[in-house]
Amino acid sequence: MLKYSLRRLLHSLVTLFMVLTLVFLLMRLLPVEGYYGERADKLTPAQKEAILRKMGLLDPWYVQLRNFYLQLLRGDLGVSVIYRANVPVKEILAAKIPYSVAFGLGALVLSLVAGLAMGIHMAQNKGLFWDKFWTWYVVFINAVPGAVYLLFIQLYGTSITGLPMLFDRYNVRSWILPLVSMSLSGIAANAMWLRRFMVDELNKDYIRLARAKGMSSRAIMVKHVLRNAFVPLANYLPASILFTISGSIYVESLYSIPGMGGLLVTAISRQDNPLVQALVLIYSSLGILGLFLGDVLMAILDPRIRLEKQGGAR
Amino acid sequence: MMTAKEKEVIQAIEEQELFTFAQYDPEAAERTGYSDYSYWRSTIRVFLRNKTAVFLLILMTSLVAFTFIQPYLPGQKDPIKIHIDPNTGLQLRNHPPDKEFWFGTNSIGQDLWARLWSGTRTSLLIAIIVGIWEIVFGTFVGAIWGYVRPLEAFLTEAYNVISNIPTTIILMLIAYILRPSFQTMIIAMCATGWLGMARFVRNQIVIIRDREYNLASRCLGTPTGRIIVKNLLPYLVSVMVMRVALSIPGTIGWEVFLTYIGLGLPLNIPSLGNLLNEGRRVMMAPALRYQLFFPAVVLSVITVSFYVLGNAFADASDPRNHF
Repeated sequence: MLKYSLRRLLHSLVTLFMVLTLVFLLMRLLPVEGYYGERADKLTPAQKEAILRKMGLLDPWYVQLRNFYLQLLRGDLGVSVIYRANVPVKEILAAKIPYSVAFGLGALVLSLVAGLAMGIHMAQNKGLFWDKFWTWYVVFINAVPGAVYLLFIQLYGTSITGLPMLFDRYNVRSWILPLVSMSLSGIAANAMWLRRFMVDELNKDYIRLARAKGMSSRAIMVKHVLRNAFVPLANYLPASILFTISGSIYVESLYSIPGMGGLLVTAISRQDNPLVQALVLIYSSLGILGLFLGDVLMAILDPRIRLEKQGGAR
Repeated sequence: MMTAKEKEVIQAIEEQELFTFAQYDPEAAERTGYSDYSYWRSTIRVFLRNKTAVFLLILMTSLVAFTFIQPYLPGQKDPIKIHIDPNTGLQLRNHPPDKEFWFGTNSIGQDLWARLWSGTRTSLLIAIIVGIWEIVFGTFVGAIWGYVRPLEAFLTEAYNVISNIPTTIILMLIAYILRPSFQTMIIAMCATGWLGMARFVRNQIVIIRDREYNLASRCLGTPTGRIIVKNLLPYLVSVMVMRVALSIPGTIGWEVFLTYIGLGLPLNIPSLGNLLNEGRRVMMAPALRYQLFFPAVVLSVITVSFYVLGNAFADASDPRNHF
């Protein structure tokens, strides 16, 4: 287990290194005009060159890449150059992450509670009305782009219930709609997977045996089906907890929440390279770490799973 | 080696005792080894049993057909022409739906009905092009990844790297590097879309590549390309169709996303994302909400239909559901 973890950690570092390098090189392809901001027309060529030089963009790319990694090894994420000039990236992130984590964790709890309840309800009524009813919910949320239904939730959620339209951290009522909006897709995903795993489990022979020996349906559901069906679901759990940090671009922009999702869009559109690099670093590490913790959690929950012999695409 | 004695014995036995001709009975020959099972016929039969899917298939086909013949119908307006109010001589802004403008006009006086179908056409076209690319390139990479072992480690690493960069970041970077346009949109989505397909095909191929008939082919010296095309890919046709049906709502969703953050198609090319964004701008005025409502309904019907059809086809194409 320990040996496996170490090997996998090492491999993750290599992947992370390649991700960062790839994004770094892609960013050097961005149009140069983007770096001048709104004053582009008024700048003299000398001023433009000074701006580029200050950002270190005139060096050859391998020098830039080396500087970037040397800085990173010192634990320094750099200084924002355009979004909030000369403010350390760490400071910017520190102000944003609490909002995304608060909303993300709230939405995660909501989607677990509601999603698991929905999934169990569907599995118990397999093929009956409620199964079909909730299936339509899952299909709708999975198929229709978030922008569409989130807009309507904001539009009618505020006009019917009188809840505030914009987020205000001191007003608890303004947290309700964004939280609900963020949890909708999680509810759908949890319900769909739990239903599928439970139905798979219900078709197995040992369930028939349990029934034959006179175990009650309720006990079968709780002791056998749910417990076994929860194992593959637990695989995704760490990843979704970690991803709460990354925030939701739609919901954050609709309700003006100062979180991480909006930051990513702004950072790329204003071409604030150090900020984008830092965000890519965070997102990719979260993704890699989430997959790893998911596998570990699954191995802990289910003693039949061994991690040592595992290869292939993750 | 046969001893002399054995030879003698065998020669002693008469030929008739060693060999007897079987009677050929045509009826008995027919009785075994015959089944009227046909994969595609069964798939269609199971699919047709799903009433919802059949209904959505009809709805979908008519909607798509209508989208493409709409400009040739009589009395249709140009989607980018700005209409002028004859009384005031100004742009016919935010004109509510009536007999002349079925779905009303938008905030600069363009006919929403024409724009809606033109936008659906654009979005579907993008989704279909990306879907085809996904099949062709995704299958190609997936087949090589799963079958050609020397390349396996390299492709797995490449997949790990690309799939660990959030799709939003790749899409946004490509859109900025190439400047927003129709081609950019397609290139950006093609750059990320094939990943899921490649992984899917690869996993399927790993499952079936070592079955006996493939082993036999390899022993007989069949070239790799031929094994992939003749032995492996036919197994995957149905799942590939399904993946494309499911990728269409996804591509439309990314188009809406890119438009939402300001990297969509130019405003003179209507698309579902553009229309939704226009509707969003005026949604605070209840009288103008039709501008948000119509695109949202068409978008929902299209994405839900493709999603349900993809899943229904997946169920129908699974041989375990054929009996």
